[in-house]
Amino acid sequence: MTAVSARGTLARREARRFYLFTSPWTIGFVLFSVGPILAAVVLSFMKWNLLQSPTWVGLANYERMVNDPEFWESIGNTVEYGAGAVALGVTFTFLLALLLNQPLRFQGLFRTVMYLPSVVSGLATALLWLNILHPDYGLINKVLASIGIQGPGWLASQEWAIPGLVLMSVWGAGNTIVIYLAGLQGIPKTLYEAAEIDGAGWWRRFWSVTVPMMSPVIFFNVVTGFIAALQSYVLILVMTEGGPGNATMVLGLYIYRHAFVYFDMGYAATLSWAMFVLVIAVTAIQFSLARRWVHYEFK
Amino acid sequence: MLVETAAHDRAPARTRQGPPLTSEQADRIRRIRRTGAYVLLIVSSAMFLLPFLWMLTTSLKSDADNLAFPPQWLPDSFHFENYIKGWSGSLPFTKFLVNTIVITGLSMAGNLISCVLPAYAFARMRAPAAGIMFGALMATMMIPREITLVPKFIMFSKLGWVDTYLPLIVPEFFGVALYIFLLRQFFTTIPQELIDAARIDGASELRILWSVMLPLARPAIAAICLFSFVGNWNQYLENSIYLRSMDKITLAQGLGMFSGQYVTQYNQMMAVSIISMMPILIVFFLAQKTFIRGVTLTGIAGR
Repeated sequence: MTAVSARGTLARREARRFYLFTSPWTIGFVLFSVGPILAAVVLSFMKWNLLQSPTWVGLANYERMVNDPEFWESIGNTVEYGAGAVALGVTFTFLLALLLNQPLRFQGLFRTVMYLPSVVSGLATALLWLNILHPDYGLINKVLASIGIQGPGWLASQEWAIPGLVLMSVWGAGNTIVIYLAGLQGIPKTLYEAAEIDGAGWWRRFWSVTVPMMSPVIFFNVVTGFIAALQSYVLILVMTEGGPGNATMVLGLYIYRHAFVYFDMGYAATLSWAMFVLVIAVTAIQFSLARRWVHYEFK
Repeated sequence: MLVETAAHDRAPARTRQGPPLTSEQADRIRRIRRTGAYVLLIVSSAMFLLPFLWMLTTSLKSDADNLAFPPQWLPDSFHFENYIKGWSGSLPFTKFLVNTIVITGLSMAGNLISCVLPAYAFARMRAPAAGIMFGALMATMMIPREITLVPKFIMFSKLGWVDTYLPLIVPEFFGVALYIFLLRQFFTTIPQELIDAARIDGASELRILWSVMLPLARPAIAAICLFSFVGNWNQYLENSIYLRSMDKITLAQGLGMFSGQYVTQYNQMMAVSIISMMPILIVFFLAQKTFIRGVTLTGIAGR
């Protein structure tokens, strides 16, 4: 047997194993996801109010979407919210995780406290943040006033509504902290020891050991953070219903409104595919940039 | 190999010049640093503790204080009876708790079994369709859930699964894209040397997964257990689509009905919310312990 064909057999065996190992997901994908996804594609060419039977309208929904100014406005808001939530969330929670990873006492307690917001029900979160962000008696503006700063109108103002929602999203990012903490456990201590022997200070160890070793985990948080932020709407629905004006009308909320308020399932499906394209574009950019900064052990 | 790829820039590693510190000075620096860390931890904890304190005080308010506007942060008197009234009122919360435990337990087991194998394959095996399949995996995370909700419901109702636990549990045994992606990211950080060494020793792929990958990815497994637990415990939307009978519904649904039934009784609702949160906090406290036990890979980076 030649070396080449031996390598071919090995590769085939590895590929067979790959398909076997991934089969739980593949089977589930075919059974539970393909059907509903195809149905959603078909739906985007239909008019359907859930009660009467759907009728075929061709590309009408897509034409309507392209010419819908509210749709384009919602795309802008979605991107603004997503970028803000991910940029602030990914860095702030990383710093928190580093702090929670120090060998200090009561860390179990501190970690549990920082996870609390992720456990509290959405309704309670919304009520709480409506109080925190209130322009007059809200906690933030009261603190700002005590140091002589006139706080912004937050959810009552067109410019500050999205920054207010971004603040709220960061505060509920307990899962991101958990993932960072799990990642920090995987960094071999010997790397830090070696760096220390070489005379590397705190900052240097952070940039040359922690960040590269954590890069697959940071990458995960950035990618899934964007996916979640671009799709999120439930808390926004409860807190602002898209207002003031259309300042917080994000795409998810716009879809929700067409699907479950106007019962225009066809148009909602079309908008959903637009969201899918938006999310996939952002994710594809992430993956192509990843080659420059994410360090994998296996390529 | 680890250290070399890790170093991005080529500047000399030594950053601190000058005479070496005396042990007294080093001690002082360490003390200052530790105090600083505690201050930061306490300040940020206070921020994160707020929602819980607010739920707690609300749960202890009298019915009248409940409606005060602007809302009071502290109640005038403490009403612990809200907890008993809320839990054993007209809704059978104990039954809901049992149902939630059944669904959450089975779903969690399903998630764990079905995510580990695909994650390992996506992280460490080559195949012609691997790229496309990984793309499909990522894509399933990106399709807005709302739009497949109706087709999914039609599918499960044709199977006669409505008002059973099947639509909530069975799909959980076929992998969750988010968890597979998460585990895959962790599996990619494990040094290739360890796997090669195991292979040379004649270990099968399953053996490598079980004795090399899983122990090293323990914090990630703990994270997935936690997310799966919290996700299923708090699942409201899908539960309320598929479960109808009073003897089948879950805690999250019960809480939802609560707010529908007694619009103004936030105090009792918060009391029951706090009771239903407790299992999550206990699971979290247990899971976070695995984040302390660091993984040491001796003999890998020393070359």
